[in-house]
Amino acid sequence: MNMAKSFSKPIDEPIVRPVAKPIARSAQGWVWTVVLIAAIAMPWLFYNYTTHRHSGFVVSMLSQMGMMSILALSYNMLLGQAGLFSLCHATFFGIGGYATIHFLNLAGAGSLPLPLELIPFLSGLSGLGLAIVFGYMATKQRATAFAMITLGIGELMTTAALMFHHFFGGEGGVNSNRMIDHSLFGFKYGASIQVYYLILAWTLLSALAMLFLTRTPLGRMANASRDNFERVQFMGYDPRMVRFLQFVLSGFFAGIGGGLYAITYEIVTFDALAAPLSANALLMAYIGGISAFGGPILGAVLITLLQSGVSLMSNSWLVYVGVLFISMVIFAPNGIMGLVEAHGPIVRAGRFGRLVVPYVRVIVPGLVMLLGFVGVVELASFLTIGAAQGKTLVLFGSKIDVHAVLPWLAAFVCLIGGLFWFRIEAQSFGRVWDGLMSELKPQRSAA
Amino acid sequence: MEIVLVSLLNGLVYGMLLFMLASGLTLIFSMMGVLNFAHASIYMIGAYLAFTVSQFTGFFPALIIAPVLCGLLGAAIEVWGLRRAHGNGHIAELLFTFGLVFIIQRVVQMTWGMLPMAYRVPPLLDFPLFTFYGAHFPAYRGFMLLVSAGMLLATWLLLKKTRVGLIIQAALTQPQMVSALGHNVPRVFTIVFAGGCMLAGLAGVIGGNYQTTEPGMADAMGPIVFVVVVFGGLGSLMGCFIASIFMGMIQTFAVVINASLLDLIKPLGITLTGDNLFTEFMTVPVARIGALLPFALMILILLFRPRGLMGTRDT
Repeated sequence: MNMAKSFSKPIDEPIVRPVAKPIARSAQGWVWTVVLIAAIAMPWLFYNYTTHRHSGFVVSMLSQMGMMSILALSYNMLLGQAGLFSLCHATFFGIGGYATIHFLNLAGAGSLPLPLELIPFLSGLSGLGLAIVFGYMATKQRATAFAMITLGIGELMTTAALMFHHFFGGEGGVNSNRMIDHSLFGFKYGASIQVYYLILAWTLLSALAMLFLTRTPLGRMANASRDNFERVQFMGYDPRMVRFLQFVLSGFFAGIGGGLYAITYEIVTFDALAAPLSANALLMAYIGGISAFGGPILGAVLITLLQSGVSLMSNSWLVYVGVLFISMVIFAPNGIMGLVEAHGPIVRAGRFGRLVVPYVRVIVPGLVMLLGFVGVVELASFLTIGAAQGKTLVLFGSKIDVHAVLPWLAAFVCLIGGLFWFRIEAQSFGRVWDGLMSELKPQRSAA
Repeated sequence: MEIVLVSLLNGLVYGMLLFMLASGLTLIFSMMGVLNFAHASIYMIGAYLAFTVSQFTGFFPALIIAPVLCGLLGAAIEVWGLRRAHGNGHIAELLFTFGLVFIIQRVVQMTWGMLPMAYRVPPLLDFPLFTFYGAHFPAYRGFMLLVSAGMLLATWLLLKKTRVGLIIQAALTQPQMVSALGHNVPRVFTIVFAGGCMLAGLAGVIGGNYQTTEPGMADAMGPIVFVVVVFGGLGSLMGCFIASIFMGMIQTFAVVINASLLDLIKPLGITLTGDNLFTEFMTVPVARIGALLPFALMILILLFRPRGLMGTRDT
């Protein structure tokens, strides 16, 4: 049917006109405008009018979100766009940071006539320089071997950072002062709120640049060599060159992120290039969603929130992040952004109402299961780590004895009972979802 | 001279330990195309389980029980996790095992605490095996050599001389054909994954009291094992063996060499003055950069042989 229709059309007219796309795009534009306005306004929502000060915690968390967004976005240039699983991304972030400290020292001494606003560009160039060296080695391979090589590079740089004191400062790191008295707009950058707006500006610039890169031939070829590198070769492109360019550019943006890190904290230690940060970049990009451009930003915001919120309350927040990550890998490979986007056709068709009841029926056992899981993890962690730190588990104002049987029993009943209940409800949810999807399918192809 | 001999033996012990880990990793990789990031975590679990089990039964039963438990854990990971992730593509499998590293790390900390365990060498083996030039060689290290060599011989016999080994070898290269002949290839995959984890667990049992049983041991061992696998060539057992022994030697010899790059060029009449990064790089003694050498060597070999020492295929 469809075939016959498309054949009867004149050739110069596009066969399929994407009707939904412009709407979706303008809606996305709105979302990002709102996010930007929120990012600008957020510090003022936590402004203390009696002391005339911004909340330091909120400003530093927002600054962190900005840098981490750049890191996660640049990581996604590899994982999402080129299909390269890198484990040394923090290396370029860190080198940007270390270099920036040295640039700041030079600028402070008066031998680098550059305003503070432009120094992150130099940090980016340092990241780019190192990425050229390591990218030359790593991009000879792809997939698993690439991951292994980057793991080695990351470890090499971490050990080197602890050994060579002149550039890296050893375990203590290197420090500097960001008030170099040279600014484009006349700010001193003494207050963290000024630095936050600098970070925001650079985040916006970098994000736009990376968005632009996805639409260039290079970005398209990166996607192509991710999906089928042999075909790319047949077409006359060198997939290795594509990987190399993508790697180098992502190193550039990571370097910018590191530069902002150095400017914010005025000290860079080997933490800025060690493996945990590389892993963090991966977690942020993946949990947010690697198939959508904005996914890593969402992931960066979310993980930073979790990091500053949950990690204060719980010793074991990495377990939660790890379990979330693994469930994402198995059940939602496109991350949170992918889950949201999957609802797009249903919402546009006005059928979302039919999902509300099934959602409630899934969420209730899901919460029971989550409660049980958190209970088991926290009980176990208070039994060992908490006991070593001399902490006790306090819930609703009453102490809970982690050696008693009752709390353990309750947690396990919640976990296992919730798991079975959840599976049953998830199956019926799946049926409703599939039903909706098959209803929508003929409509979509007709449009 | 005695330093050379002692280092040679220690390097051999460490190299064999590395090979026990790396061989399981290589087997799993060549069969399923998955590099199991959590391999070193299984090694850590092996050490912790051996500690706990040996509290009840003594060391020697634990030598059997802990690896078996690790093998069961590996089978569970393959059946309930990896197989599902497989549906989402190749990178998803890698990411899955990478996520496992975090979870296992924290679960171990939650179960056994942050402090090192008092997992000691069994008293039966706690004596110097022989002494030369005043240096003792502990009997336990000899025992480690024995266990790892025995285990590797057993694995080799299993792969080369039995029917199961024949099917495994066939499934390595021709999974579709083996499946068409009526063999349950997914089950073969599970067996290989569990077997690799068992080897890692056994390495943990004998490595846990050779090094220290503490939550950081997976992070300390992991990168080295991956370097070994890449250095030897992904998927090549022979290359993996050479690389393991080589890395073991490098690591143990590096700590006793006090020379630096400058000493190498000194006979040419070059001297360095000044206090800068280059001078620091040239004068740092090898003993201090021992931890850095495996990674530097890996990068060097990849520059000249991108497939590693004996690798036969790209990924």
